[in-house]
Amino acid sequence: MAWTRDDLARVAARELRDGFYVNLGIGIPTLVANYIPAGMDVTLQSENGMLGMGPFPMPNEVDPDLINAGKQTITELDRTSYFSSADSFAMIRGGHIDLSILGAMEVSETGDLANWMVPGKLVKGMGGAMDLVAGVKRCVVTMDHTDKAGNSKVLKACTLPLTGKACVHRVITNLGVFDVVPGGLKPMELAPGVTRDEVKAKTEARLV
Amino acid sequence: MKKVYPDAKAALDGLLFDGMTIMSGGFGLCGIPEKLIAALVASGVKGLTVISNNAGVDDFGLGLLLQTRQIRKMISSYVGENATFERQFLAGELELEFNPQGTLAERIRAGGAGIPGFYTKTGVGTLIAEGKEHKEFDGQTFVLERGLKSDLSIVKAWKGDAQGNLVFRKTARNFNPMMATAGKVTVAEVEELVPVGALHPDAIHTPGIFVQRIVEGANYEKRVEKRTVRETA
Repeated sequence: MAWTRDDLARVAARELRDGFYVNLGIGIPTLVANYIPAGMDVTLQSENGMLGMGPFPMPNEVDPDLINAGKQTITELDRTSYFSSADSFAMIRGGHIDLSILGAMEVSETGDLANWMVPGKLVKGMGGAMDLVAGVKRCVVTMDHTDKAGNSKVLKACTLPLTGKACVHRVITNLGVFDVVPGGLKPMELAPGVTRDEVKAKTEARLV
Repeated sequence: MKKVYPDAKAALDGLLFDGMTIMSGGFGLCGIPEKLIAALVASGVKGLTVISNNAGVDDFGLGLLLQTRQIRKMISSYVGENATFERQFLAGELELEFNPQGTLAERIRAGGAGIPGFYTKTGVGTLIAEGKEHKEFDGQTFVLERGLKSDLSIVKAWKGDAQGNLVFRKTARNFNPMMATAGKVTVAEVEELVPVGALHPDAIHTPGIFVQRIVEGANYEKRVEKRTVRETA
């Protein structure tokens, strides 16, 4: 049984460590916040200018001046601080963020990431993704292993324009967890019932 | 020197010309100068290059200036929420320059701080870095990005005073402080104009030297783009 979206978030949450400052991307990575282990002290950064992001507001708490990087309304915590976009990316580019978990369209065996642009389709923009992958200490991506037609999205080399080169440390797909190591991708764990042969058949990248 | 103007139209008087470059603060619809944008629409100034992280939505924020076709070029990091933008871009009516969000923020910060360029690792090995100067520092490759300035910066703050001192609120700060520094002229709109001395000197985010004109807005819409709530505490 391949992992579901919530499974992916739960597995990705194992990347969290006590005391970490973490930036979560839009989509499945946002769900990781639901799986922070009880008692673990993790501070979420939102690149629009907030450290210490709280849960979504109750209906009577909605504040138009308080949103996350996905433009969703959000709340603050006792620890929260606010700052400008320049300071926010000083945190990100300056290597002060311990971990970023991002979505991916394609990833390569050398840790290249493509997640912002499909040529020929309307491009919405990269937002903060290029800064994040260039600057954070550790970059983990969550993604589907294959596209709807069954073609591998875990490739020898990305076909889409890159977000960053050799920037991904770990890939979590619906089939398993893979580390970027010299020579290729190393399976660290497979989803329940997923076999090594199935992974091999659905992976273009070199597995080591 | 008198910095306080009675309304947004008056605050822009004499500053606008076709083909000018305008920086506009905000992230999504949060912290945007909605009164000054409305005054730009009413002015009819056109051929604008607008530097802003986003392009608003169809019927609010910078989307209003797109509907009237007053914008020729956008410099942004993400424009995904605007169908008018999409249509004009696909029709070739609108030029677009994407910058990574942190690079955009730093380009504006640098421009305002008198720094013509800086090296960053963001975007190395991607389309963004093509044609730009690269340089090695300590074994890593970096790409040269240029500082940005504007003919006019329009920013939104929570509170301000007649000296031009500004205080922002929560995540409505975002790009506003850097844009205030990078304008040949900066016009700030505030929700509340307070007496000089009412803002604590240690709490001022943007010192008044960066703000040439200030106007108090009324009846702020402050539209929420994605209202997301939880039902249980």
